[in-house]
Amino acid sequence: MSGANHVDIRTLSHPETATLEGKNKFLGFWFFLGGETVLFGTLFATFIALRNRVATGPSSQELFSLPLTFLSTIILLVSSLTSVFAVLAMKEYKIRQMQLWFWLTVVLGLAFLGLEITEFKEYVHEGLGYTTSAFSSSFYTLVGTHGCHVLFGVLWISALMIQSYKKGITTVTAPKYYVSALYWHFIDVVWVFIFTIVYLLGILGG
Amino acid sequence: MTANAHALAAYNQRKGFLSWLWTWLSTVDHKRIAILYLFGGGLFFVIGGIEALLIRIQLAVPQNDFLVGSTYNEVVTMHGTTMIFLAAMPLVFAMMNAVVPLQIGARDVAFPFVNALGFWLFFLGGIVLNTSWFLGGAPAGGWTAYAPLTTEFLGTGSDFYLLGLQLSGAGTLMGAINFMVTIINMRAPGMTFMRMPLFTWTSLITSTLILFAFPPLTVGFFLEFFDHIFHANFFNTAKGGNAIIFEHIFWIFGHPEVYILVLPAFGIISEVVATFSKKRLFGYTSMVFATVLIGFLSFMVWVHHMFTVGLGPMANSLFALATMTIAVPTGMKIFNWLFTMWGGQIHFTTANLFAVGFVPTFVMGGVTGVMLAVPSADSQYHDSYFVIAHFHYVIIGGVVFGLLAGLFYWWPKMFGKILNETLGKITFWTFFIGFHLTFFPQHFLGLIGMPRRYFTYFPDEGFNTWNLISSIGAIGMAIGAIVLVINIVITTAKGQKAAGDAWGIGRTLEWSIPSPPPEYNFAQTPLVKGIDTFWKEKMEGNKKVTPAEPLGDIHMPNPTILPFLMSIALTIAAYGFIFANQTSASRPLCLVIAAFGIGLMLLLMLIHSIKDDPGFHYHKEEIIEIEKGAE
Amino acid sequence: MDTANRQSEMLDYIAKQRRKRDLQHYWVSFALMIVFTVLAFLAVYFRKSINDYLIAFFIVTMAVVQVIFQLYYFMHMKEKDHGFPALFLYGGAVVVFVTVLSFVTIVWIS
Repeated sequence: MSGANHVDIRTLSHPETATLEGKNKFLGFWFFLGGETVLFGTLFATFIALRNRVATGPSSQELFSLPLTFLSTIILLVSSLTSVFAVLAMKEYKIRQMQLWFWLTVVLGLAFLGLEITEFKEYVHEGLGYTTSAFSSSFYTLVGTHGCHVLFGVLWISALMIQSYKKGITTVTAPKYYVSALYWHFIDVVWVFIFTIVYLLGILGG
Repeated sequence: MTANAHALAAYNQRKGFLSWLWTWLSTVDHKRIAILYLFGGGLFFVIGGIEALLIRIQLAVPQNDFLVGSTYNEVVTMHGTTMIFLAAMPLVFAMMNAVVPLQIGARDVAFPFVNALGFWLFFLGGIVLNTSWFLGGAPAGGWTAYAPLTTEFLGTGSDFYLLGLQLSGAGTLMGAINFMVTIINMRAPGMTFMRMPLFTWTSLITSTLILFAFPPLTVGFFLEFFDHIFHANFFNTAKGGNAIIFEHIFWIFGHPEVYILVLPAFGIISEVVATFSKKRLFGYTSMVFATVLIGFLSFMVWVHHMFTVGLGPMANSLFALATMTIAVPTGMKIFNWLFTMWGGQIHFTTANLFAVGFVPTFVMGGVTGVMLAVPSADSQYHDSYFVIAHFHYVIIGGVVFGLLAGLFYWWPKMFGKILNETLGKITFWTFFIGFHLTFFPQHFLGLIGMPRRYFTYFPDEGFNTWNLISSIGAIGMAIGAIVLVINIVITTAKGQKAAGDAWGIGRTLEWSIPSPPPEYNFAQTPLVKGIDTFWKEKMEGNKKVTPAEPLGDIHMPNPTILPFLMSIALTIAAYGFIFANQTSASRPLCLVIAAFGIGLMLLLMLIHSIKDDPGFHYHKEEIIEIEKGAE
Repeated sequence: MDTANRQSEMLDYIAKQRRKRDLQHYWVSFALMIVFTVLAFLAVYFRKSINDYLIAFFIVTMAVVQVIFQLYYFMHMKEKDHGFPALFLYGGAVVVFVTVLSFVTIVWIS
């Protein structure tokens, strides 16, 4: 492997956009997030239209609990903070700190996923299968799509971190770390709307 | 590790067919990907065209029994789906890949890897969809695939539709992001936004529309897919579902899709008309403004496809008003093209014939569009042949004429040889006359009450004559297409080599470099001094565009097979899901295969992440040699 | 030599100050996000004694405000060179708004 591209220039305050490739990655990823916004928006719209269509199954008021949702929310919020610290450390070329913060993010993401799986299990136990009603289908699809994004984020950041021990922080790797953090924040943004519209409004009813 | 062009060429000669195949499977060069898109889109265009001919044979005479019942439904569905998703879209991407980087003075696109991945996903998605013919029947629910018809009442053909289009849709979305970043980040020095050629502008706006319109389609198809394969209830009214939701989602995508197709055609017409009138495009600023405005409005009008659903007078009126508003920027464009031609030295090459033929044809499609935008009148036109006539005037008269103009115009740039003009003019006249003969009578058929999507009609309904004329017209279009294919073969075999400025009157940057361009496009990044910068330089007596940098080494990405393998992985996953629905006995196995495909995809993504591409360099001496050879 | 030295010292100082300010911003926005979240959950917790529509309006507002903090501070949208990201993110948001609006008004569900 040629090392020509792995330039380590510590004088750059923004290693993620120091090269044209980095700038492209940065902009392209933001556009991707624009598309993701519409993707989740359509899922939200579908859920909102179908949220009271419970057929013979249980409704959101009978299922959702405030404490569980609150716990998931805090976990994801904290993981957003840890990933922002990781990016801050990256900009200062403190690789150990960056790795620590990103690994923390991964752990929190896994905790969130664990909570979501136990939550889904419980709902199934209470009679809300995927095929129970239009509400159940749209609920599992919206929240499940978000869960898949969390899972992908966990895998992606882990893969980057394992490589980081060998590759360090360069103008090639920095854009990757940066956009993975952006992705993680975006997941949190989506979750803010999920806990508000799906869970809080669901508990409220109406 | 560094590969260079000579070694590659020598290698190619040694290994013959397999290495030839390998270079195409692993290419990340936008010019080669353009050719791949042209080939893929052309292939599906022929398939869709044959399906169209089958439809016209069936409808040529009353009570015909050539294609009856569900077979007819399958052919109609596949004709529409193939033409929109697998012919028009990739042909648009072929033009964008071939031209946009050259027009902005870039050496490559922003994401060469993603560009290749986008093509292979589109192509394999199209293959998945078309294999349905041999694997249990094609989809038959219309190109719109409305629920619950598609999700509950049709067989496994629907799965091919949903999964195949999901693949090709993902490819399209990637392509769009790639072009947005390319156009925004990779313009040559001096190429400000308001100096960009119109085709580049329309490519940017089209890509934006794809970015916002394809995710809803992805969601809509996923919901239908979950309903169909995992028995979800989105569109199942018995358990609280709602089928209107699918119509909304489909048209939130579907209406912008029309502009996704036609805006690049507008761009091509703007380039061709200006070049062959030897004049600057009239009203450049207003053209840009109109393009942006059409892009914005295209998201505000989708309900006009649903006027007869019964969404209430308020919704219908609002969307009717928004729809009619689009006629304003479109009209601006029409007048700008006319004023560009006015007083110009018009050269009637084949490309320009298509552009000139485009203007009145598209205006007719636009006028019927405004008629259809009136909700009360639409109740009469809805689901009749009047609608068929309208959208074929827009999509053939607009998109296909535009693409053919672009094909004849940029063919020398892509392949280094000018297409035969005599044969080209035969193509134009047969296609143009055949088109009007086919679709003009369909206005009347619609107005006297012939419904769309019916496989036959009775002799005493008064539809006989118009239908026969329409079917005869289709033969004209077929002849035009066949002559075009012959033209391509003859030109490839013994056409004359084209100069860099193939038409002698090129205005934009792509004509300032050899035809076909070297892999790195520009030996030196050009310095852009204004709109039509190459024309400006020529008027100042310069043969070349002023460079913005000294001659030096050029860094290029290495070819890679990963995009192709990734597409294969997702194709495996798609087939897994498709067959999971066919027999319940093999369902678990098929789902395992689907999971394997997705796992393989993730593994390939990991490999791509780990393996950084160092690329290779064209050295200064090599470049000087290549440039000499191209003179 | 001396001026160069002083200049680099100065840049160092500016970088340090910027880092300090960034850290401050992150902590403050994180604290605010937690507060908004808690307020939203509290509003729903006391749903028996407050008007439902008021709560709904309040929690959606809290969500939007929180997301703005997430976007501008955590995702750095307040920094320069974020014009295009903002344009296309808001473009997407407009499409979402129109979609949601039509899905709660014109899908035959009241």
